[in-house]
Amino acid sequence: MAAVEVDGLTVRYGDVVAVRDVSFTAATGEITAVLGPNGAGKTSTIEVCEGYRRASSGTARVLGLDPATQQRLLSERMGVMLQEGGVYPSARVLDTVRHYSAVYGKGANAAELVAAVGLADRSLATWRRLSGGEKQRLSLALAMASMPEVAFLDEPTAGVDVNGRDTIRGIVRALADGGCAVVLATHELDEAERLADKVVIFDHGSVIADGTLAELRKGYDEIRFRSAPNLDTVALATSIGMVASQVGHDEYVIDAPPHPKLMAQLATWLAEQGHPLTDMRAGAQRLEDVFRRLTAENAAKSTTAEGEPSQATGSSRRSRRRRSRS
Amino acid sequence: MSRFVSQLRTELQLVARNGEQLLLTLGIPVLLLVFFSLVDVLPTGTKDPVDFLAPGVLALAVMSTSMVSLGIGTGFERSYHVLKRLGTTPLGRGRLIAAKVASVAVVEVVQFAVLVPVAYLLGWSPSSTNWLAAIGATLLGTVAFAGIGLTFAGRLRGELNLAALNGLYLVLLLLGGMVIPFAKLPGAIRAVAHALPSGALADLLRETLGGNGTQAATSWLVLAIWAAISPLLAAKLFRWD
Repeated sequence: MAAVEVDGLTVRYGDVVAVRDVSFTAATGEITAVLGPNGAGKTSTIEVCEGYRRASSGTARVLGLDPATQQRLLSERMGVMLQEGGVYPSARVLDTVRHYSAVYGKGANAAELVAAVGLADRSLATWRRLSGGEKQRLSLALAMASMPEVAFLDEPTAGVDVNGRDTIRGIVRALADGGCAVVLATHELDEAERLADKVVIFDHGSVIADGTLAELRKGYDEIRFRSAPNLDTVALATSIGMVASQVGHDEYVIDAPPHPKLMAQLATWLAEQGHPLTDMRAGAQRLEDVFRRLTAENAAKSTTAEGEPSQATGSSRRSRRRRSRS
Repeated sequence: MSRFVSQLRTELQLVARNGEQLLLTLGIPVLLLVFFSLVDVLPTGTKDPVDFLAPGVLALAVMSTSMVSLGIGTGFERSYHVLKRLGTTPLGRGRLIAAKVASVAVVEVVQFAVLVPVAYLLGWSPSSTNWLAAIGATLLGTVAFAGIGLTFAGRLRGELNLAALNGLYLVLLLLGGMVIPFAKLPGAIRAVAHALPSGALADLLRETLGGNGTQAATSWLVLAIWAAISPLLAAKLFRWD
């Protein structure tokens, strides 16, 4: 069931269009990652969903409510984590969580929340004394104080160390498993790859792709390998019958499904040429590569459209959707 | 605990923990009152300096809390996105503002509870007192100064807001008849001083707590106008992030 439904949303700041005709959904019990570079329109879109910002056109429904006119009702069922800040610098950890628990009025136990995010030993520390990772964990605890049915988390692991990230990921996953619809805005693709059930990719204010990770990766298989620098990729392509590209000093990619026969041909060619095979990975592209490819395609289409980015990105989005759902 | 009470509790905790605010709201007024009452260097025109200073310092205390302390604190909360985040909770902006106003009122009660006994200890002996009218003037002054503080807080970045409000504090202190009598100001400046909220509040407190006001009727009008206009200005200009 869709907890968040965004349809044809546009947000303008004066003459600047920050979000252009965006549509996507986020389901109950799932983590939906909203991906995109800085300035892609993620935060503006989420702020409309939170009821914090008004849409210029289009609609957003969250838990069946209109955030613009029913924000008060929505706020009681929603948890929010801002990208940064949002806490009184001189306020203590436990006091802050206790205050938010009282504000939400759901009976959340402040001490348990503080312990859940691993800050029990920092209960008396003030916000300004916390490290970046601790601040993020406290911010997540405040979002959880609402016992949310929908949670909007903006860059929850930004500036957090490895152990802290694991803690946060565990909490976010538990939130979703408990039936909360989690909308996770991030530009960290690794984060989305580890956590997300569904991914919505923003670029220049538009959605250029959305679907599950498997759907987005479909059609983007590759064989990636490392060998000697500057191989004769033309000779390799002739030998195996597939295009090969050098993508790094000693790294190469063949855009093809990971068929064992093809991989054997590659290994044989390298052996015959006397080159090493130091690493080989076959299968779906990493989300990072899918993202790079999609945004590059979007940029190319925008350029082709000569200053008409909305039409270009819109068509890109539609074609990508067809692809991801095929 | 209700949402309003929780927010009020948080506001008061923050005030109590903030040394700069305590210095501004209590330390400086007490210091000014004690020092200039004991060291007779100001041209107060009264037999005992404390008779002039006590109402003026009470007005200064109101301005410190409702304009400077509230304005600077709120400005930094805006910079730190505290207001934005609280705006997404069921607290609501109405309760947030109400809690801030209530915390200002609580601090002012504490200020009066400290300053009035100190003034009496220093020999303050007002010929007549109308505490009800003084409280009315204080409420009007609080609204007027809070509107000014929130207008600055809602438009300027944290550090700029801090500097601007401290600068304004100094101007209103020196021109507002709080420690320097209006009669000692040059003619043109005197007219401006009477039109300032600090001048009007100091004059009214001096009138209601000692009968030494210079133009009470005009001061009531001036303060009422400031109390009507400045909150409207704040509501119109305030940005939440």
